[in-house]
Amino acid sequence: MKKTALALAAAAALLASPSFGADKVKIGFVTTVTTPAGVIGRDMVDAVNLAMQDIGGKMGGLEVELIIEDDGFKPEIGKQKTDKLVKQDDVHFVAGFIWSHVLLASRKSALDGGKFLISSNAGPSQIAGKLCHENFFSTSWQNDQTPMAMGEVLNQQGVKSLYVMAPNYAAGKNMVSGVERTFKGEILGKDMTKWGKDAQLDFSAELAKAKASGADGIFVFYPGKAGGAFIKQYQQAGLQGEIALYTVFTVDSIALPKLQEAAMTGVLGSLNTQFWGPDLDTPQNKKFVSGFKKAYGRYPSFYAAQSYDTIFLIKSAVEAVGGNMDDMDGMRAAMMKADFPSVRGPFRYGNNHFPIQNFYLRKVVEDADGVWTTTVVDTVLKDHQDVYAAECKM
Amino acid sequence: MDAGLVAAQLLNGLQLGVLLFLLASGLTLIFGIMDFVNLAHGSLYMVGAYFCATLTEATDSFLLAVALALPATALVGAAVELLVVRRLYRRDHLDHVLATFGLILCFDTLVQILWGPEGMAIRLPAWADGQQHLPGGLVFPTYRLLIIGAGLAVAAGLYVLVVKTKLGMRIRAGASNPAMAGALGIDIGLLFTLVFALGAVMAGLAGMMIAPITEASIGMGNEIIITAFVVVIVGGIGSIRGAFVAALLIGLIDTMGRSFLDMGLKLIIDVQAAETSAPALSAMLIYILMAAVLAFRPQGLFPPKAR
Repeated sequence: MKKTALALAAAAALLASPSFGADKVKIGFVTTVTTPAGVIGRDMVDAVNLAMQDIGGKMGGLEVELIIEDDGFKPEIGKQKTDKLVKQDDVHFVAGFIWSHVLLASRKSALDGGKFLISSNAGPSQIAGKLCHENFFSTSWQNDQTPMAMGEVLNQQGVKSLYVMAPNYAAGKNMVSGVERTFKGEILGKDMTKWGKDAQLDFSAELAKAKASGADGIFVFYPGKAGGAFIKQYQQAGLQGEIALYTVFTVDSIALPKLQEAAMTGVLGSLNTQFWGPDLDTPQNKKFVSGFKKAYGRYPSFYAAQSYDTIFLIKSAVEAVGGNMDDMDGMRAAMMKADFPSVRGPFRYGNNHFPIQNFYLRKVVEDADGVWTTTVVDTVLKDHQDVYAAECKM
Repeated sequence: MDAGLVAAQLLNGLQLGVLLFLLASGLTLIFGIMDFVNLAHGSLYMVGAYFCATLTEATDSFLLAVALALPATALVGAAVELLVVRRLYRRDHLDHVLATFGLILCFDTLVQILWGPEGMAIRLPAWADGQQHLPGGLVFPTYRLLIIGAGLAVAAGLYVLVVKTKLGMRIRAGASNPAMAGALGIDIGLLFTLVFALGAVMAGLAGMMIAPITEASIGMGNEIIITAFVVVIVGGIGSIRGAFVAALLIGLIDTMGRSFLDMGLKLIIDVQAAETSAPALSAMLIYILMAAVLAFRPQGLFPPKAR
C-alpha cells in the first residue's frame, strides 16, 4: 500500500515536472511586498511588469511566467520563498532581493537547486568575494561601491571630518566600510542603529551626538522609509547649514515625494552618489523613465531601474540559446557578456558577475514640473570594480 | 562628555518616555481592568496616525486634524471593543493573544487597501517645525518639546480623571473587583467600552505625535508595542503611576544607552568590538531591566494596591 502510494506520488511529481521540454520561461521574483518596505517592492514589481509589457511577454519565442514572492523583510521567509520557487515552481531564474541579509540567507537554496540567481538590488560583500558563484549575476552593484564614490566626493568637497550613521545589518556595515575606504579625513563618530521589521526610526539621540561631535558633514545610509524619517529629523533638529548631509540609497524617488509633502526643503541641493539617475542620458533609460512615469505617474527609483534591467538580462540569455532552457552553459555565457540594453548604458561583468560600471554624483533638484528629483552632476568613478572581486576564485 | 549633550539626551529620553506612557497607560488600564491582553493596541496607534495625516491634508491644519482624529480613533476603539474584544473576556490569555494578533493583520491589510503601502508624511505648521534655544546654549527641536508638554499634560489629566472624578472611581472599582462593582450597579459593559476607547485615544494620540517625526506607516505600532508591554510589566500591571515612572525610566535608559554605551564600551574593549556590540547591547538594555524587575519584584515597581 505504502509502496503504491509512493509510486503514485513519484509519477505525479514526474508529470508535474516541466523537464519534458520547457514551453515557457519561469522567473521567480523575491521582494518585500508587505511591511512598510513594501513600497520598495512595489517599485520593483511595477518595473518588472513594465519590462514584461515592453518585451511583449515573450523571450526567444517562449511565454514568460512571472511569480512574485513576498519575503516580509525577513531572511527566513526569503529563504522559504526561494525554496518554494526552486522546488515547487521549478523556475529557471530566481531574481529580486532588496536586502543583503535576505539574499545571503536565500542564495544557497537557489544555487544548490541549480538555478540562476540574479540580484536586482542587494550586493553583499560575501557574494562578491568568497561566496561568488558561476550562476549568480547582479544587475545592481556591490554594496561598498556607492559609498566609496561618496568618500571620493567628500575628499573633493574638502570635508575634513565626518559623522557616520547606518543601520546595523550586512549592507549597513558594507556601506560604512566603503566610505571609510576612500574618505581621507577623520571619522568623529559612528552609529549603527537597530534594523529589521522593528527598525529604529527615531534618531534623536544619534542626531544630538552628531551635532555635538562638531563634524563637517554627516554620511548616512537609510534605505526605504527610514530615509525620509532621517531627513525630517535632520531638518527639525536644525542641523541644516551646521553639518552638511551626504547620503547613499537614502534620498531617492521613494523618499522625495514624502519629503516634498512635508516641505522638508533641507534636502534640496544635498548630494548623493549612484550608478544611475532618472536623467542619465542613455536610449534605454529614456524609454524606461518615460514609460514608468506614464504608467505609474511617478519617477522610478534605482530599485525599479535595476529590476527593469533584470528582465532584459534574462531575455538576452534566453534568446542567445534560442529558448533551449536546458542550456545553462549557453545562458551563463550570454549573461557574462552583458549584451543587453541597460538603463545605465553599456557595461561589462567582472569575474564575480558584478557590473564594472560608472558611479555618478547626483544632486536633489526641482524638475520643470515642480517635482523633487535628482540630477546627475558629475562622474565620480569610471568603470569601477568592487574590491572583493579579487577574493572570488572564478 | 559635555553637559549640553547630556542635557539634550535627557530631553530626548523624556520625549520617548512620554510617548511610551501614552501607549502603555491604555495598555495597562485594559490589562488591569479587563484582564485583557491587547496586542492590537499598536494598531490603534497606527490608525490615529493615518487619521491625523489624512485630516491634516484635508484641513491644512495639524492641530485641527489632531482634534478631529482623536474622537475618530475613540470610535474605532469602541467599535473594536463592541465587535471583537467583548466576546473574548471570558477566554484565557492565549486566546486574547491569538485574536488580537489576527486583529493586527486585519488592521495592517485594511490600511494597505485604504491608504496604499507607501505611508504618509505629515507637514508640521511652521511654528512647530523650528528649534528652541534653551538656557545653557541648548538648541532643541520645538516639536519634540511640544510632545513632552502634551504628554505630561495628558498624564496629569489622566491622574485627575482616575483619582478625582466619579468615572475614575468606577474605573478603579472595576479594576479592583469587577464582579463586586457590577453587583453594586455599575454598568460594567459600558465601563469596559469607555476604558477601551480611552486607551485607543491615548494610543492614537501617541501615533499622531510621532507621525510628523517619522511618518504614518503600516505596522508602525507593531514596532513600539513590544516596548510598551515592557513598560507595563516593569511598572506593574494595571498601575497608571507605574506605567508613568516605567515609561520615563525606559525612555531614558534606551536613549542614554544609544548615546553613551559605545563610548563606555570603548574604554573596556577595543574600538571595533565596541562599535559592533554597542547597538546590540543598547537594544537589549530595556529587556535586561525587565528581566531584573521580574526576578526581584515580579509584581512590578508600583503594583496597584487591591488585586
